[in-house]
Amino acid sequence: MYGGGYIFTEPTEKELKEHLDDPVKLQEFEARIDAGEKIEPHDWMPYEYRRQLIRLIEQHAHSEVIGALPEGTWITRAPGFRRKLVLIAKVQDEMGHAQLLYAAAETLGKPREAMINDLLSGKSKYSNVFNYPAKTWADIAVIGFLIDAGAIVNQVANSKGSYGPYCRALERICFEESFHLKQGYDAFIALATGTKAQKEMLQDALNRWWKPIMHFFGPPDKNSVHTQKLMRWKVKMATNDEMRNQFLDTYVPKILELGITIPDPNLKKIESTGLWTFSDPDWDEFRRVINGDGPCNKERLAVRKYAEESNRWVRSALLKPTMKKTLPYA
Amino acid sequence: MHNNSLDPRIQRIDLDKNPDNVALNTMENWETYEVFHQRKRGEQHIHVGIVHAADPEMALVFAKEIYGRRLQCANMWVTKSSNIYSFRYEDEDMFGTTADKDYRGAGDFKVRDKINKFKKENTLK
Repeated sequence: MYGGGYIFTEPTEKELKEHLDDPVKLQEFEARIDAGEKIEPHDWMPYEYRRQLIRLIEQHAHSEVIGALPEGTWITRAPGFRRKLVLIAKVQDEMGHAQLLYAAAETLGKPREAMINDLLSGKSKYSNVFNYPAKTWADIAVIGFLIDAGAIVNQVANSKGSYGPYCRALERICFEESFHLKQGYDAFIALATGTKAQKEMLQDALNRWWKPIMHFFGPPDKNSVHTQKLMRWKVKMATNDEMRNQFLDTYVPKILELGITIPDPNLKKIESTGLWTFSDPDWDEFRRVINGDGPCNKERLAVRKYAEESNRWVRSALLKPTMKKTLPYA
Repeated sequence: MHNNSLDPRIQRIDLDKNPDNVALNTMENWETYEVFHQRKRGEQHIHVGIVHAADPEMALVFAKEIYGRRLQCANMWVTKSSNIYSFRYEDEDMFGTTADKDYRGAGDFKVRDKINKFKKENTLK
């Protein structure tokens, strides 16, 4: 897990004026990307490239940290010892992914402490789906199967991007994701093929999660100049709609074949275009939740703050005055 | 205060005790160490990324957890990021092979041509 639905913001007029890129260097930079070469940390890069990449990778890292909270909720009550071991391993993986991603973002010049502070203050976002509660064990099956599946669609695309450290981190992450997806699928199938009560619990969970899943890849792309530039620079590798469509294409049949229904009567594939149509998943709700007014936003951040605050004495005890900040090389 | 978390462990925490602004200080996550991973004996150690740690021993533990969890691993090294010295990418062209130094490559020695020529001359005699 768990990247997806990044919030890219348009730069302001003022920002663009203050950070004019050297046209010759910009041309060399774009030629390098066109030739399929990777950009490395100490290369010259446009101001906007660096800014958007930091935001993107940082949001992805925060999503890994916060995403472990709804899943962690069920570690103590996982049904059976094997599922408990699996869930512990998965949650630990997600924490490892966060570390890999923070490291990749740090190579762009933003210290990890600053990123964590922006998460805690609410300045920086994370994947919106984790502002929803995991009410039953079936929620864990839905998250492990479908949210991870969405993340894989997103991350496989991003791993072909232009920034070397991010691609390397994602390759390592995608390798572990295959286990995450498979264990989620396994838990999903166990409920779908189980007793009447298990099926009902799974159906109820999917009904509640369908909207957040549709939100996962972010709002429909406005075909803005800005998006085009990010795609030209291989920061964004596919549009939100393209990724959502790819997800629906692969996973809707896998849900339906198990006799589980999807709570959207308008969801169907137009065979002639290969595109899926669906009801409006309420983008107002998406914006409301991402701006802090979701069922779990407050709890998620409060738990992170509690963790940072109550563990601070350990970090402080180990701090030595001789330590000096060096940004990682690669 | 009672919170409504679905996680029993979180219910037991008093989340209201958090100060208003929780923020980390600079350096609170210590220094970074570069991690080198050797897949198996006989192969080279290859750079795989960094960890944040307070000392080398902690860096090794974190390196094992983050970079040695799944893939095959025989050994790992860590060193502080501040110990790394590197060239700059803008000087990358200095590594290019120049045409006048072809003699440094095996391909510049056309031994087969000479053997063929030698054999042809000897058969003719």
